Amino acid sequence: MDGLLEIRWHGRGGQGAKTASLLLADAAFNTGKYIQGFPEYGPERMGAPITAYNRISSSPITIHSNIYEPDYVVVVDDTLLEAVDVTAGLKKTGAIVINTTKDAEYLKSVLKGYEGDIYTIDAREISINALGKYFPNTPMLAAIVKVSGIMSDKELLDDMEGSFKHKFAKKPEVISGNMKALEMALDKVTKIN
Amino acid sequence: MSIRERLSGNEACAIAMKQINPDVVAAFPITPSTEIPQYFSTFVSNGAVDTEFVAVESEHSAMSACVGAEAAGGRAMTATSANGLSFMWEMIYIASSMRLPIVMSLVNRAVSGPLNIHNDHSDAMGVRDAGWIMLFSENNQEAYDNLIMAHRIAENENVMLPLMVCQDGFITSHSIENIELIEDDVVKDFVGKYEPKHYLLNDKEPVSMGPLDLQSYLFEHKKQQSQAMYNAKQVILDVAKEFEKITGRKYSFFEEYKLEDAEIAIVCMNSTAGTTKFVVDNLRKNGVKAGLLKLRVFRPFPAEEIAKALSHLKAIAVLDKSDSLNATGGALFTDVTSGLYTNNVQVPTLSYIYGIGGRDTKASDIESVFEDLSNVVSSGKLDNPYRYLGLRG
Repeated sequence: MDGLLEIRWHGRGGQGAKTASLLLADAAFNTGKYIQGFPEYGPERMGAPITAYNRISSSPITIHSNIYEPDYVVVVDDTLLEAVDVTAGLKKTGAIVINTTKDAEYLKSVLKGYEGDIYTIDAREISINALGKYFPNTPMLAAIVKVSGIMSDKELLDDMEGSFKHKFAKKPEVISGNMKALEMALDKVTKIN
Repeated sequence: MSIRERLSGNEACAIAMKQINPDVVAAFPITPSTEIPQYFSTFVSNGAVDTEFVAVESEHSAMSACVGAEAAGGRAMTATSANGLSFMWEMIYIASSMRLPIVMSLVNRAVSGPLNIHNDHSDAMGVRDAGWIMLFSENNQEAYDNLIMAHRIAENENVMLPLMVCQDGFITSHSIENIELIEDDVVKDFVGKYEPKHYLLNDKEPVSMGPLDLQSYLFEHKKQQSQAMYNAKQVILDVAKEFEKITGRKYSFFEEYKLEDAEIAIVCMNSTAGTTKFVVDNLRKNGVKAGLLKLRVFRPFPAEEIAKALSHLKAIAVLDKSDSLNATGGALFTDVTSGLYTNNVQVPTLSYIYGIGGRDTKASDIESVFEDLSNVVSSGKLDNPYRYLGLRG
């Protein structure tokens, strides 16, 4: 990976898109990169559309604006596809990763002819399977790492195990489930076009 | 060896405060304040610092408690934002006029109203004449470094003025970025022990502080405050030199980024300077001789040095993240142009009000400013110097 990589996250308040962007920043930092991870703060309400951002680079990052021409977009909630212009500015050379079970035809129609790669993943199924609850952010984190190649699968898994041990120090029972969710997501993310 | 970390600007400032380990931190620990007092209070609870943390009921009381603590002979710090700073206003002047070197971390956010919690510099600009030293920070690293240097500047016996370290709300305060931290013991040695000459708890020298000061003396005391601000300039440079020895990071009144051979340049503060560097780099690739003067020290205002650094330019844009609502440009603009005039530097200069209430400042906005400057240079005309950047039509 050379130069500057920019990622935009679309989710709904409470789904953990902000946390996922911070975890991605953490993981990339641990592989020696320069990183930025920041949400766009608005009225904070459960369910309201939220945006979060990542910049990842091999050299120091000076720009401090939101991201308007991302290399990658992650959509954590597919009900946003018709509510938010998720592909706005998204580079053709990049990709969009969507948490959805909707079919390719529907997705292509709502993405208004986006010419780059479209990936899907059923983060709900993975999360329910691995954690018994719906927390889409962990699978989506793995999916964007896989699609963007920011780091290898192994680097992600090794790093996140450390992060989860720290983050869930008081809830160690959820660590293995989160790790399982990452592994499943790395395996299941699929290109549909 | 420095410590490679990734932290938000808020976390970075809280860690600087932990390393400084002041005697007293007084803060109003909820909105409009930032996460800084919240993080710091956990350091207090965990025993990482032996600071007396006073969770006061308002910012007016926060600054009052800092005034009391500092007058007693302690080292006091606080952190606030926006309307929190507004609520301190009366005590802000008391602190500086009593010559108490209190240090504040100010996360710059819009002063309401209407209600807005996002970034601009209207809070800081509201206290620009209050007699505080004001340092601005491009990113989390600079916010941290400025805090580590703060007490050494403020407590210098030729200065004895309070000091605030500013950074952009949300843009750097809530963004996780890389940072190099200094080891605890190195910070401890660098900051040193506070040994005030005069303080209330000194039983060998009974003094009163902040008494009535009428026609016979107030003027002279204000002149002394003013002199302290002049003195602060050299102290700021001296402390920066020492800081460079322990970190390798160089600080001055301002940073000149590709300014030396520039024909057009932007003057701005805080995070926008980073975005401007990004744009300058791109423009340079296309042969445009663009540059940046990023002001770090806004009070004392280094007018002569700024005028010298800008004197070779063909056109200048000064970006203010606060509107002075005076029909003659923002605060930084009027200070810069006054400095140019006083030092006999005649360069066409534009004022831009931008980024108010968290309006995002894009690279394309900065590019448009450089385009405007190029047009001023090529046409030789400067029609309207008072402009707005990123305003919807």
